[in-house]
Amino acid sequence: MDTYSLMREFADSWAMLALFAMFIGVVFWAWRPGSRKMHDDSANIPFRHEDKPACSGDGPGGRGKDGAMAKEAWK
Amino acid sequence: MWDVIKLVVLGAVAVLAAYAATQARDLAYMVNAATVMLAAGIAFAWMLRARGQSVSASPLEYNDGVIRAGVIATAGWAIVGFLVGTTIAFQLAFPWLNPEWAQGYLNFGKLRPLHTSAVIFAFGGNALLATSFYVVQRTSAARLFGGNLAWFVFWGYQLFIVLAATGYILGATQSKEYAEPEWHVDWWLTFIWVLYLVVFLGTIMKRREPHIYVANWFYLSFIVTIAMLHIVNNLSVPVSFFGSKSVQLFAGVQDAMTQWWYGHNAVGFFLTAGFLGMMYYFVPKQAERPVYSYKLSIVHFWALIFLYIWAGPHHLHYTALPDWASTLGMVMSIALWMPSWGGMINGLMTLSGAWDKLRTDPVIRMMVVSVGFYGMSTFEGPMMAIKAVNSLSHYTDWTIGHVHSGALGWNGMITFGALYFLVPRLWARERLYSLTLVSWHFWLATIGIVLYISAMWVSGIMQGLMWREVDDQGFLVNAFADTVSAMHPMYLTRALGGVLYLTGGLIMCYNLWATVAKQPRVASASVAAVPAE
Repeated sequence: MDTYSLMREFADSWAMLALFAMFIGVVFWAWRPGSRKMHDDSANIPFRHEDKPACSGDGPGGRGKDGAMAKEAWK
Repeated sequence: MWDVIKLVVLGAVAVLAAYAATQARDLAYMVNAATVMLAAGIAFAWMLRARGQSVSASPLEYNDGVIRAGVIATAGWAIVGFLVGTTIAFQLAFPWLNPEWAQGYLNFGKLRPLHTSAVIFAFGGNALLATSFYVVQRTSAARLFGGNLAWFVFWGYQLFIVLAATGYILGATQSKEYAEPEWHVDWWLTFIWVLYLVVFLGTIMKRREPHIYVANWFYLSFIVTIAMLHIVNNLSVPVSFFGSKSVQLFAGVQDAMTQWWYGHNAVGFFLTAGFLGMMYYFVPKQAERPVYSYKLSIVHFWALIFLYIWAGPHHLHYTALPDWASTLGMVMSIALWMPSWGGMINGLMTLSGAWDKLRTDPVIRMMVVSVGFYGMSTFEGPMMAIKAVNSLSHYTDWTIGHVHSGALGWNGMITFGALYFLVPRLWARERLYSLTLVSWHFWLATIGIVLYISAMWVSGIMQGLMWREVDDQGFLVNAFADTVSAMHPMYLTRALGGVLYLTGGLIMCYNLWATVAKQPRVASASVAAVPAE
């Protein structure tokens, strides 16, 4: 079989299946049980560091060492 | 030491460009080489003066200087792009506006690519550059990576715009839609784009948020995909190192398919993915509430990425392209309805519980109308990709109307919204100079768009029907010139729509200028610490 037909056959069979499976995986990953807390946290990222980068003392997510959320400075 | 290397490189570039200008085989290449020489010379002089003055860039502040420059560039190029667009709208309506003395330089054929590139790459590109730098810093809680590299990317991109624009007018074009610049300008853009990716990715990598916010996903896909599209579609062999002419690597239908794989994904990743990045940051910020569904935004992203890349063949229905390829393009275009409308719903529903803001805040009104136009044009596009519809709409003004409902409505309005959001914050002003003027801009722009797209619907469908009308003997009823004269009233309406949209843009520029010039600085500790860059 020539290269073109070989690649085309692969593209519309296994490659398509793999891409489709990956997409279904993304959907299930997004709606997996227990992900709400993480997603709520991510959705609030724009409201945390309007004025300044996170200080080096901050933990990840801009929370202070005590785990409290950084307050938004202004709207 | 590092400074000396930079000076040597800039000096060498200026000398080489001067040599290239003397050896130039054509006028466009000579002007481009002279422009490069001038740019390198100015950068050399600026570096020499700035030497020794160490600007301490604190990692505790955001790099906002380059964003301020980007905002100014966006507003400026907006006027240039809209003005050229309105000019060519009048040139179509009144042929005498293509005077004999300007033939070959300022006639419709030369100004049209200037208009498309000015609005897409100069206005849209600067908006994406500025907002992506703003958003990636705020959502990563980190200063831009690479120090002054972002400034180099900004000025390098402006140089690209000037080189491309002067090249078009003087005849350097490879005649590929949205990819007109010739090989030497393409190489420069590739270089700048890789550096843009470095700045953006570097900032994401040193982020202090554990999660990469969805807006950055969209921006990143925009930067990476545009790099891929740009390189593949511009594979060509220069005829000479001292001339602008190059020969495409692909030929015939392969070249056409590569071009529209590029062209449609320029729409999909430049004008959609990049601007969705803006939507996912600025709409929640202006509405003061997080995005409606973060889960939906993840699925929106992946569905859009998986589907858009296949939709290009719908530009080549009923051509030499194999039937299976154009059917594939049609099916994938229709499948795009789902992510597009998912994204639109996500943007609009972000306002749920805050709909009253629509009455009081013209900026959020602008953003909502923008998302509405996004939904409308992404409904219209897949419909036009259906072969039966396409046989009527293709090559007619309907296509132009569709493009403008997306470009003026979605891209334009979301950018205006972002500019109104950014200017008071970047220049530390308490509020915009005038919300009344924002309202004026909003209504002028909206009415302008409605006039534009409804005129093009009427004109396009009429044109398509007239072209295919045959009498009972099977002869065509209309000559091409009949359609041209029938379209004249619609062309006038379209030009009027353009004038309204341009007037709105001018009002915006005045309002933004007055916001900075006529209002006092806010004495806020955090903002006062912004370094003078």
